[in-house]
Parts: sequence; structure tokens; C-alpha cells
Amino acid sequence: MRTVTIDPITRIEGHLRVEIQVEDGMIVGARCSGALYRGLEEILRGRHPLDAQRITTRICGVCPLAHSTAAALCLDDVLGISPPRNGQLLRNLIYGANFLHNHILHFYHLALPDYLPADALPGALSPGTDEDRRFSREEARKLADHYLQALDMRRKAQELVALFGGKMPHDMSIVPGGVTYRPDPGDVAAFRFRLKEIVDFIRGVYIPDLLLLARRYPDYFELGGVGKLLTFGCFPLDGDRLFPAGAVLDGEPEPLDPAEIREHTARSWYRGNGAQHPREEEAEPDPDKAEAYSWIKAPRYRGEACEVGPAARAAIALVRGPGGFREAAGELLTEAETGPERLSSTMGRHLARGMEALFIARAMEGWLAELDPAAPVAVAFTLPREARGQGLTDAPRGALGHWVEVAGGVIARYQVIAPTTWNASPRDEKGTPGPIERALQGTRVSGDGLLEAGRIVRSFDPCLACAIQ
Amino acid sequence: MRGEPLAVVWFQGAGCTGCSVSLMNAAYPDIKDLLLDEVVPGKSITLVFHATLMGPTGRPALEVLDRFPGEAAGDYLLVVEGALPTRHPNFGRVGERPMAERAAGLARGAVGVVAMGTCASYGGIPAGAPNPTGCVGIGELLRREGIDVPVVNVPGCPPHPRWFVETVAHILLHGPPRPEELDGVGRLRAVYPDLVHDNCPRRADFDVGRFAPAFGAEGCLYELGCKGPYTDANCPYHEWNGGVNWCIKAGHPCIGCCEPEFPDYPSPLFRKAGAEEATGAFRRSG
Repeated sequence: MRTVTIDPITRIEGHLRVEIQVEDGMIVGARCSGALYRGLEEILRGRHPLDAQRITTRICGVCPLAHSTAAALCLDDVLGISPPRNGQLLRNLIYGANFLHNHILHFYHLALPDYLPADALPGALSPGTDEDRRFSREEARKLADHYLQALDMRRKAQELVALFGGKMPHDMSIVPGGVTYRPDPGDVAAFRFRLKEIVDFIRGVYIPDLLLLARRYPDYFELGGVGKLLTFGCFPLDGDRLFPAGAVLDGEPEPLDPAEIREHTARSWYRGNGAQHPREEEAEPDPDKAEAYSWIKAPRYRGEACEVGPAARAAIALVRGPGGFREAAGELLTEAETGPERLSSTMGRHLARGMEALFIARAMEGWLAELDPAAPVAVAFTLPREARGQGLTDAPRGALGHWVEVAGGVIARYQVIAPTTWNASPRDEKGTPGPIERALQGTRVSGDGLLEAGRIVRSFDPCLACAIQ
Repeated sequence: MRGEPLAVVWFQGAGCTGCSVSLMNAAYPDIKDLLLDEVVPGKSITLVFHATLMGPTGRPALEVLDRFPGEAAGDYLLVVEGALPTRHPNFGRVGERPMAERAAGLARGAVGVVAMGTCASYGGIPAGAPNPTGCVGIGELLRREGIDVPVVNVPGCPPHPRWFVETVAHILLHGPPRPEELDGVGRLRAVYPDLVHDNCPRRADFDVGRFAPAFGAEGCLYELGCKGPYTDANCPYHEWNGGVNWCIKAGHPCIGCCEPEFPDYPSPLFRKAGAEEATGAFRRSG
């Protein structure tokens, strides 16, 4: 048996180290280590509650809107308010644009180089290896062109966020009670045309490229599966969420019960074993803890290590989601010659991102049409001295929760559990591996495993700045 | 006439990748232009290491990083994104070594260092009180280590892509900035020329005392906590993301994200700034 250390895992957000044990051409064990601790939860303690709105946004520069949205929901809960309908539409439009940015960036710039020829891209961007490359020369050339075109598309998606969200990264518009920006009719037009261009790109370029990848690498529908899935749902409107919340633990979707979340720290660099609900959690860093190997904690739902992200959203939405999603997703699964049971796999995750990108973009067209530039965008509020709040949403990468306790008018406790905290978690005290660790285990590899492990890990779109704040 | 491109090593410490994403939002020149074309006539850069974008992973990626400084000493520009934790080696590691140690080692042979963002410039968000990991900016780290390399700060959370492009264009044309080209907090004077407040489109509201009482309302945002009167940045006339919007246009108070004290001084972010800031007496770059 040999141990291969992959550090740094590039083309993800942040600092991740993965160690795999390879025996007889198979990965028999894996350990994921988050390699950076900043202590944002500590930094938030004692600050004015509204500061959390802008400081938590800065947990991550790739998906700031995820934290902006969760913080706003959490503070809305503290204040006992919710945005006016117009404010909610704007929040959804801003957040939806962040999803589009994320998925285009992830597919073309983070994941695709794993499948392109060694010298397909300019300079350091090129993958530098020709191992297991299956595209024809013509296909590879076209995909490399699309890589460059996607650089423009993701920039335009950021402009889409900024149109109503102030700026990107780190939006400056979502606040408790709604948003700060009142768009004028010109902004609605500017938004519509950028959105249209991005929808055309998703439909005409991204989805066909995705299907081409799936056709060339169908074996990756069999690799990197997890099976247990969790989603908090996202995009609330009129009392419903576009993507419903839920979990799949034994094959059947079940409703979400947030009281069943615990964060474990047995193998993480914090004192003790944790196992607390984030509402009560006290986690003091302990960088010298001998039995630990990661700064990521190990969140569990009903004791299970659950995969979160597009596959989980799709699995639940295919059963309990809107008809429009079920139809579109069904079509794409058929075209890719696969089924919903393969969503939790390396290729299934890519496919799930593509299907929801188009679905969200279409939902955004609907929200934009309902926007009323003359209607209020926010409600006023008065901060209580003592309160607790919870904000749950799905982020592009999966289930995200913010929990706050306000005491004496300031933040007494702020806890965040982000999607990659779930996906890249280490073992808990029972020895249950985290989802990525489990996804790697049992994978047949050709060489040292770098290639297969890289493809599997990247299919989760890890974001380490989110995983450990 | 194209000279040898300037190699750029982009090193990420305790950050959020927001500065990289911001650079990818550059327009005219955009990121493709920066990577593939000349930045200024006859001068270009070549990105040799950037963990978020580069093709190789694991050992092959680390081997690229480990080539520097080596024989490349004096021939590359180091860009640092994120702060550097100093309290314990385990708070941040890259390729099995502490981040701060790697950053200092890379800086040692660089022709100059660009501190990209408020974290790399002054510590920023992770250095917010109580600064649990002892985070510092790259300039402070190099002072502590006694490493004498020119450092130029490009603060902002994140910085406007234009500020980075202007700084790099300056370096390509004139070399790393000389001390007299920098202001008191290490920024190129030309890039951070004046206060947000001086050019704010809501300045007329401030002058007549017409203040927005709540989010989403018309008027100057001063009462809602705007730190524009204390923040050096040209956001009002460059605006953000291809000029589609920016914080104050979006009705959000400026939170002073370019300033060395961020996020501690301007906190509470939504509390009205003091009279000293409001009159511009806090101005440091003038």
C-alpha cells in the first residue's frame, strides 16, 4: 500500500489537502484536510448583529451571495421580519445570478481541464498531462475555445449579480428586511439582456458540452458516489421554495428536521468531540490536537455523513419539486443515458449543475417579469437586545446554515455550517468518513490515483474558505 | 516588439479567493487580455502559479511553486492574496509548509510584491479583533522577517480589478514603485487618489443635510453608517463590474473596505461615522 498526498488540490476554492491510500490499483482509504483556519466565528463575537451581514459575506469570494443570503435569513429570523415581495424577488434574482456564475466557472475553469489534453490551454492553465484523454482533437479544440468564451460569460454573470446586488465579489445590497437597491426600468432591461445572453450560452454551449463529457466518460457515473443526501432548499417566494428542503438517508426522500444537525470535532483541530447542535456549539481551536487531521468539522444529520449540493437538490426536486424541474431534469438524464440514482456520482454532479443552471435561469426570467420598480424593496426594523436566529438555504455547493445568538445587543455566538463542511468533513468519533472520503474509497485507479482523485474531488466543487471560516 | 514577459507567482494565504474573482471581472483589458496579450505596449505578464486556475494539481503544482526563487530570483513578481497567519504554523499550510514561511520565501527572490486586497495589505477580515490566528499583511510579515523587497498595497475587499491592472501597468513601465510614489499606507497615490465622499453622487444630499432614514430610501447614506468620508477609493467614478453599479449607487453605505483598520474601525459598519471622518480630517493620502 502506498500513500499519495495531494497538496495543494488546485482548481478549487482554498486550501485542501487530500491523502489517499492506494493498494492493488484501488483507493482503499482517503483523508480530507482543510488547511486554513481564520476564526471568523470568533471575530464576529461581540460585534453589532448587522455586521454579520457584511462580514459573513466575506467568508467566501466565489459564493459571497450564499452567506449574504443565509445571514439575511438568520437576521430576518432574529428581527421577526421578512422582505416585501419585491425585495424577495430581488434577493432571488441576485442569488440566482450567483448560481449561474458559479456553475459556469466550475464546469469550464475548475473541472474541465481534468479532461482536456496536456497543452489545450494557455500556459499554466493547461493540465500538463495526457492521461486518459478521450476527446478528439477537434472536440478538445472546441472545448478550449469554450473555456475562453466562458471567461466572458462568468464575468457577465457577475455583472448580473452587481446590477441589483451593488458589486461583486462581496455584494452590497442584501440586508435584513430586503435589499438596499431600488432598480430603475433601465436596470431591468440591462438585466434582461445579460440574462438572455447567459441563457443562450447555457442552452447552446454549456449543456451540449456537458453531454459530450458525459458521453465520453460514462464510467464516471459509477465513480465517486455517496448516496446519503441533504438539502435545505433555496429561493423562497410566497411561502414556498423553488428547490424544496429534504434528505435521502435510506433511498426515500424525507422532510428536513434542522434539530437533527450536530457538528463533531473528534478528528478536527478543536477541543473535545463536539457533537453539539450549532445553536449551542462552543468550539475552541486546538491546533496541536494529536488525533485531529483537519480544520473542517464533521457535521452529521441524524448521525449520517450526507452529501450536499446539486445532486442532493436534484434528487429531492425530482420527487417533490416543481413540474418544470422534473421535466427538464428528466430530459437531460435521458439524453445522458443515466438515471436519478446516478446523480450522486462524479458525472452526476456535473449533470445536476447543468440542469439546475438552466432551470434557475428560466425562473429568473419569471421573477424579473414580476418585479415592480416602484414597489418597496425593504422593511424597517428595530434590533432586539436578546434573540436567537437561524438562516437555512442551499448555496450553489449545497446546504448552508447560519445560527446567531444576540445577547445585550451584540453577537454572543455565531455559527456557520457550509456545504463543503459537510462534503469535505473528516471522520467523526465513530470513525464514519466524510462524503468525499467515502466517495474516493473503492475507486479503481490507473497510476498513483492523482487523476481519478482530482476528478472526483472537483465534482463536489469544494470551497474551503466556506468549509472553515 | 515584445520583451520577455514578467513571470507572476500568485500566492494565496488566509483569504477567500474574492480578489482572484475580482481580477477575473476585469474589463478592457479583461482576464484573457492580461493572460494572452501585452498589458502595455511591448510588456506582458505570464502567470506561472495560481492555485485556483492552474492546470496541474498536487505534486506537479507544488513543483512549480518550489522552483521559486531558485534561479528565477529577481525575475518574477509575487502577488499575495490573503493575510498570513503567524500565531501557530498549523493555522495555515500550503504544500505541507506554513503559509507565512512560504510567502516570505517567495518574496525573498521577487522583484517586487503586490499585496492584492485588504487582507494581504493590512490583515483585513481574518485580522479583525481578536485576530485569532495572528494574521498580518505581507508587508508587515516581511518587516518582521527583515526581508527588504518593494511592496505595493492594492487594498479593497476585494480591490477593483482596475486598481490591480493600474498597479501592474505601473510596474511594467517603471518597475516596482519607489517609496515616494506610495502614500502613507503603501498604496500607489495615483491609484487611490481621493475620498469616496469627494466624488460621491449623493454628496449634494450630504451638503444640504438630506439623509436616507432607512435602507432603500433616497438621500445621503451618512446616517446609515456610510464610511465614504474616510475611505480613499475611486469607486464613484469607475463604478464596479463593468460600470453597472457600486455600493453607494446600490443604496448601501460604504463600509471602508480599503482602509487599514477594516473591519475593526468602521465597525459597527452601520453606525454613523464620527465628525472627524465626516469632515475629511481623517484623510491620510493627501
